[in-house]
Amino acid sequence: MNIRIATLALCSSLLLTACGGDDDMATFELTVTNITSAQPFSPLTAIAAADDFQIFRLAEPASEALEQIAEGGDNSFLLASTEGDERVFATASGMGALMPGMSETLTLSLPVEDLDNAYLSAVTMLVNTNDAITAVHDISLSSLAMGESHRVMARAYDAGTEANSEAQGSIPGPADGGEGFNAERDDTGSVRVHPGVISMAGGKADSVLSEVHRFDNPVAVFSLTRIE
Amino acid sequence: MAECPHGFLSADKIHRVNLMKTLTKAVMAIALTGTAAMSYAAEIDVEITNVTTGTYFTPLLIAAHSDNQVVFEPGAAATAELQAMAEGGDISGIAEALSATGAVLEENPAAGLLMPGASTMVTLNTDNASGNDYLSIVAMLLPTNDGFVGLTHWEIPTEPGVYPIALNAYDAGTEANDEIRGSGAPGEAGLPVPPPLEDMVGMGGTGVSAEAEGFVHVHRGVLGDGDDEGGMSDIGFSQRWLNPVAQVVVTVK
Repeated sequence: MNIRIATLALCSSLLLTACGGDDDMATFELTVTNITSAQPFSPLTAIAAADDFQIFRLAEPASEALEQIAEGGDNSFLLASTEGDERVFATASGMGALMPGMSETLTLSLPVEDLDNAYLSAVTMLVNTNDAITAVHDISLSSLAMGESHRVMARAYDAGTEANSEAQGSIPGPADGGEGFNAERDDTGSVRVHPGVISMAGGKADSVLSEVHRFDNPVAVFSLTRIE
Repeated sequence: MAECPHGFLSADKIHRVNLMKTLTKAVMAIALTGTAAMSYAAEIDVEITNVTTGTYFTPLLIAAHSDNQVVFEPGAAATAELQAMAEGGDISGIAEALSATGAVLEENPAAGLLMPGASTMVTLNTDNASGNDYLSIVAMLLPTNDGFVGLTHWEIPTEPGVYPIALNAYDAGTEANDEIRGSGAPGEAGLPVPPPLEDMVGMGGTGVSAEAEGFVHVHRGVLGDGDDEGGMSDIGFSQRWLNPVAQVVVTVK
């Protein structure tokens, strides 16, 4: 466990103590671990919402808010889009990039009365790619007893909004330092399972990526625990 | 630890997911009291979505069959019927063998290739064929030598509900993955290139692998290259994939 998690855990327990154990709220901790070789994650977005809320649907076009995350790692548009949405009970954002091998824990609190129809979704970008994300979806919050955890291994998806050119200047992560969001859509047009990156060593001569940036599924572990 | 559906379902299935969530709780309650009534599913919907970015499915075979029928078994050698499907997309042999034992099946619901990102659905009615309690699905992946998307011997739940399944790509192990243009006939080298793929597959590749593996296994993926007129492979980089390659949603009514 790194120091940041320990600090977060300490903060959240202090906060809970300060709240005096509010009986009307249910609180969950979501821990994400980056299990890729060399794909930092953009700041995580976690959303507790009713089951008719979806960040995206497989084989359907990505929203522009998702495109902002998938191409540039910017989750402010998705978070802004949930404001005033009565289906959304709580949101949380990671504090920054999450490096390979590292974990971060977010805390979400929502009224107990909303629990019955509350489901957790979370999404983040693999930043050394054109438009890869990983996500979890539809994890029931009401099914978790106090102290119980639910663990999901998550795969990588291709947002389908930007061609996987791997070209210099097209990837926002540290492997390139290139462009993030671009409104143009020049890819498959819908969200799919990501085909992986090829890299220069893999034979793509104009790729800015090296072989360490390749990945296979799964790419992340999400663990959800009810703590209050 | 609870399992969750993880399929990112489309909008039209949301109400069915809601049904499942309700039913899951009901099933748990029944399981706890130990009074679950055993009954066999009479009708199921099977929706299949190609979730790859650039890989095509040849005509699909979807079958509800008995316990003693096995369409394929990872680790074992492919049957001749599986080989014909995996190398050339010919599902007639598997269909005949299953039909002969009373299986309920649907062939080619997409009326041709199932494109990347596209979906198709079939309804299987097992009313008059009790014992067809297992679901299998196969279709060849193009462009590959003997790759196929597969589900084998999946026990159909008896409880009504919506069940998402992620399907992997398998290699039949019957043909060398040379990744160059050739034949779809069983035992003949190379990959078939039907008209819709003509412009997407390169030519002049020198070949990747020269040896068939001899047993069905999880496909290692295609190598591909960025050279349409040479290189090792006639397959392009844009036709690579990672598992899973299909998302299936089974609705037990």
